[in-house]
Amino acid sequence: MSFEDYSGVWVFIEENEGKIAPVSLELLGAGRTLADKRGVELAGIMIGENVTGLADTIFEYGADTVYVYDQPIFKLYRTESFMKALLHCSEKYKPEIILYGATSTGKDLASAVATDLPTGLTADTTELDVEEDTGLLLASRPAFGGNIMATILCKKYRPQMATVRPKVMKALQPEKGRNGKLVPEQIDIKEEDMRTKVLKIVRETTKKIRIDEADIVVAGGKGLGSEQGFELVHQLARTLGGVVGASRDVVEAGWIGHHHQVGQTGVTVTPKIYFAIGISGAIQHIVGMKNSGIIIAINKDPDAAIFNSCHYGIVGDAFEIVPLLVKEFHKALHGEEVEV
Amino acid sequence: MLHIVACIKQVPDTKVIKMNPKTNTMDRASAPAILNPYDAHAVEEAVRLKNKHGGCVSVVTMGPPPAVKAIRKCIEIGADEGYMISDRAFAGADTLATSYALTKAINKISEIKPIDLIICGKMTIDGDTGQVGPGIARRLDIPPLTSVNKVVEIQKEDGYMVVHRKLEDGHEVVKTTLPCLLSVEKEINEVPYSTFPNMLKAARYQPVIWSVNDLEDIDRKQLGLKGSPTIVAKVWAPPKPEGGKLFEGNSDEQVQQLLSVVLEKKELFTEMRGSK
Repeated sequence: MSFEDYSGVWVFIEENEGKIAPVSLELLGAGRTLADKRGVELAGIMIGENVTGLADTIFEYGADTVYVYDQPIFKLYRTESFMKALLHCSEKYKPEIILYGATSTGKDLASAVATDLPTGLTADTTELDVEEDTGLLLASRPAFGGNIMATILCKKYRPQMATVRPKVMKALQPEKGRNGKLVPEQIDIKEEDMRTKVLKIVRETTKKIRIDEADIVVAGGKGLGSEQGFELVHQLARTLGGVVGASRDVVEAGWIGHHHQVGQTGVTVTPKIYFAIGISGAIQHIVGMKNSGIIIAINKDPDAAIFNSCHYGIVGDAFEIVPLLVKEFHKALHGEEVEV
Repeated sequence: MLHIVACIKQVPDTKVIKMNPKTNTMDRASAPAILNPYDAHAVEEAVRLKNKHGGCVSVVTMGPPPAVKAIRKCIEIGADEGYMISDRAFAGADTLATSYALTKAINKISEIKPIDLIICGKMTIDGDTGQVGPGIARRLDIPPLTSVNKVVEIQKEDGYMVVHRKLEDGHEVVKTTLPCLLSVEKEINEVPYSTFPNMLKAARYQPVIWSVNDLEDIDRKQLGLKGSPTIVAKVWAPPKPEGGKLFEGNSDEQVQQLLSVVLEKKELFTEMRGSK
């Protein structure tokens, strides 16, 4: 392959029920930086049904071009249909770099596309850079459970591809009225040739705030001793109107469900306030919460690693400190004497 | 009667691995080698389906000779047969080269007995990518279904199965033709303690081991380091964050100091008590 044929940075725009996934907007911000450094254009590629109207938003967030596959067959995500569209577009326009959100959809699609192209794919990237003169993508990610950081290169294949964790890149401020080139595309693909059918989508309808969208996360670790001890975390979260998070050990011990797990193999959270209670501070936990506004650690071990990753810390017994916090916050937030 | 193949890997336990701060490399000897935790759930799901519908479970792995231990662990869980591809030619493979080699092994297994279903764990804890499963599915040209957290039904005669795929905000119910490949989440099942007969069988079990020469129709350029488009250019220790401020005094005093810091974020709490 001749690398000269390949140009431009692409972002796969993930869309659900007419809304663009936040990670796609974050990646347009990151992609803009790469494209500008390289002096090439930034494009979004969107696949769906009745999605052409979203192109304006993609321009506002920094794209120069939007490729759209707007066909009924793309109403719901399926690997086999979306993959065909992406391969078609990539082979036709030859981007140098394609970025995907590291979501269930993004990872699924990128894995399939990388195999068919074939090309290299870096997973769960947290830092991106590009060599100005060669266009080589420098994709860095935590590796080995977050024990080390690694920079991964793909020197001999194009396009270079990476999935990028939600919440680590910053979206640009949308520029109202910013315009670009809309390129409608389509492929010939029939429903009867599809081997998978989505029978139903079940959205969690509870009013629960998702942990990755919460302003306040109260997370607990193995230091709380037992499922009963972990109840303290629930109490404080309720008092503050926050959401409960957990370390991997706690989830593995079955004290709370998987979707509360913060860290490398769980969710990345960026609340305004993060409490880490009885959490030792293993690196794989830190990567999932280090971008929080204020990180408050409570641990009875003064040497716990968590104290290197917090803004404020209390060395003390959670069973003494947390009930005090619950009482005081309750008084301050829900009592008469509060003037917030 | 189903023939289900589970793809597994022996990995260092990354929870306890020690780093060499001078070289930023992992001291692999410091961590026990274990069956990748996600793969235990893949094997368990395969065994459950076998117990319900009849058939057999084969496991396949690519790895150095000691990886036999991981296969034995799968036999303990209830797998019937184990296959291992082991050769210097496979060393240094990234996800693309790994899915290529495993696909060749799976083709050989399917010649012994046709395969209805392949199950992988969501990802490995040392590679952390989740890319090998879908890669194998593409190479075999069968549907990949990732993030599976429930098998609803499987009908071999009619050639389909129905599963739940976990989404960020719920799940979707998907029907797919057989054969297909699933990557499963941990929550799909609980792996129980091994039974005594399985442990006895596992202790004596010898898997089938193939070298690169035993695999048919193989393009060596696509194997190992040579066949890997991605390379690790550098590794470094994650930056040590600045330590925070530790409050002074007794518990009450510390709590009061913390309170004043948090309550400065007034806007959070007015919203909280406002319209919601």
